[in-house]
Amino acid sequence: MKKRLFVKGNEAVAMGALEAGCRYYFGYPITPQSDIPEFMSRELPEVGGQFIQAESEIASINMLLGASACGARAMTSSSSPGISLKQEGLSYMAGSELPGLVVNIARSGPGLGGIDASQADYFQAVKSGGHGGYRLIVLAPHSVQEMYDYAMLAFDLSDRYRIPAMILGDSVIGQMKEALIPHPRPQVDLPAKDWAVTGKGGRDHQKIVKSLYLGDGELEKHNWRLYEKYQQMQRDEVRFEAVALEDAELVVTAFGVTARIAKTALRMAREAGMKVGMIRPITLFPFPCQAFADLPETVRKVLCFELSTGQMVEDVRLHTPCDRAVEFYGRPPGAGSLPPPEELFEQISRHYGRKA
Amino acid sequence: MTGSLVSVFNHPNSLKDVVTHFCPGCQHGTIHRLVGDALDHFQVQDQTIGVASVGCSVFLYEYFDIDVVEAPHGRAPAVATGVKRARPDRIVFTYQGDGDLAAIGTSEIIHAANRGEAITVVFVNNTTYGMTGGQMAPTTLAGQRTSTSPRGRDVSSDGYPIRMAELIAQLEGVSFSARVAVNSPKNVISAGRVVRQAFEAQVKEGGFGFVEVLSACPTNWGMGALEANDRIGEEMIPYFPLGIFKEAGRRQGDASAQG
Ligand SMILES: Cc1ncc(C[n+]2csc(CCOP(=O)(O)OP(=O)(O)O)c2C)c(N)n1
Ligand code: SF4
Repeated sequence: MKKRLFVKGNEAVAMGALEAGCRYYFGYPITPQSDIPEFMSRELPEVGGQFIQAESEIASINMLLGASACGARAMTSSSSPGISLKQEGLSYMAGSELPGLVVNIARSGPGLGGIDASQADYFQAVKSGGHGGYRLIVLAPHSVQEMYDYAMLAFDLSDRYRIPAMILGDSVIGQMKEALIPHPRPQVDLPAKDWAVTGKGGRDHQKIVKSLYLGDGELEKHNWRLYEKYQQMQRDEVRFEAVALEDAELVVTAFGVTARIAKTALRMAREAGMKVGMIRPITLFPFPCQAFADLPETVRKVLCFELSTGQMVEDVRLHTPCDRAVEFYGRPPGAGSLPPPEELFEQISRHYGRKA
Repeated sequence: MTGSLVSVFNHPNSLKDVVTHFCPGCQHGTIHRLVGDALDHFQVQDQTIGVASVGCSVFLYEYFDIDVVEAPHGRAPAVATGVKRARPDRIVFTYQGDGDLAAIGTSEIIHAANRGEAITVVFVNNTTYGMTGGQMAPTTLAGQRTSTSPRGRDVSSDGYPIRMAELIAQLEGVSFSARVAVNSPKNVISAGRVVRQAFEAQVKEGGFGFVEVLSACPTNWGMGALEANDRIGEEMIPYFPLGIFKEAGRRQGDASAQG
């Protein structure tokens, strides 16, 4: 039997990163993610890696930029206010086409807000929180196991596309404990990091990692190339979980912790005889646009659950054919507790009964 | 070797043979040369990674024939930290202006220095923000007119010009900290020696080396090249004294290195 561990989501994401070959961690403490730097400070030296507790989130993202520019697998993590500070570096990393992992164990805001779970960082994560109109690879785990698995996936996608990756969790996913079955990193072919700066060595040409393009038409070309990468990811890297769509008349959609609760509510609805299915986006960028565009004919309505006053619902509306209704149910950041499955079940029942 | 010519002054290998974009009379070019000489001296061109900052020096990679990473404004010491931790066998330096290092990037420089990162920092102090058009810098002298201190820097509201080399020298993690100027042949020659020492702290001892270079920005000072050069000697050096403020001789953390 495989080894089963009972660990926190925060530990799982750190373990997954280690297994993925991450050897450099740069970060700054903030609740509810401090288990990640604590774990890394303990474990990285054991495997010949480096842990730095930086002076700020700004410094840590820029340390990540530097390590990544050398071709190293490196990461940082934080929670919402700290992630805001990292946006400068993320924009520069995106512009410099550097990979790297950023974990956001989100809490409620805006501002100092509170430390309870929130999904109100969705816009910031998927629409580019920094300047210049870039995208990140954004993965949304909904279990401790997925925290581990997606850490590896995030690194691989990030290296393949040379785009920073973000794991968007929240304080529940980070703090809850459940079973984790660790496994070796899946073998994947990745392009060589021949762009990395390593010192010229025997090379006759220098390597430059930069985001400044002042030459005639250079920046436009660069931005078209970045755009093409986002398009390619949209074609090849979308991941989502579909539950009971075949005969569904109502489809619920939710990500992360909200998706867990929605799954229980869905089971309750099925037991009550309602034909309800579910789409759980796993990649928030690239967003599973096609899954909504191709909803089965039977579906009359999509019901979007979020721990915010509505952000992902905008993407759901954008892609759901206009002859189906899209409804929203959410709670603002700071609501203090999660909606119990009964609350979502009640929403499902209300919307299921009503015509679109 | 009687009868043959001996070359005593060459273009540094570490620098490309290209024309720079700097204004006439700007001393960024001179300072580039001193850094290039130091890299040549230690024969580390092939194992050096430069970190470019934001300001008139951003085009480091156009002039140095080495690998270069570009950092956001002020963050070069943090980027260099990531580079050096990932590639401890490489020589890493940042090249930063006073706006970059002493304003937006104060936190990054202080903490990289305090950690004793094995990097070299070349800090070009021209008492103004050159690239953005001559605004007030943290190093702008009292009374100096700039585009954002049109009546002259008033220390009662703008604060005092910061002496970075002395400040950095206070930190335990620092192996070497000095200030030089490039306003005369004599000063250029000793600046070259000190820049080399700042690299030596890294190359030989794995320590943090800091060298502040007083430099002219004729364009934004509204002066001719010669007049700007004179200003360094007459106004800047009296406030920003030249000298070596710290020479620990060995990597910090080694108590025997003190004294
Ligand atoms: C975050 C950010 N703020 C402001 C700027 C604009 N900016 C570009 S260069 C510069 C000043 C650079 O001055 P200094 O470091 O003294 O270098 P110099 O140009 O004098 O060589 C500023 C403020 C920027 N690029 N990024
Ligand atoms: S603006 Fe000043 S610092 Fe910049 S290149 Fe011109 S003289 Fe040099």
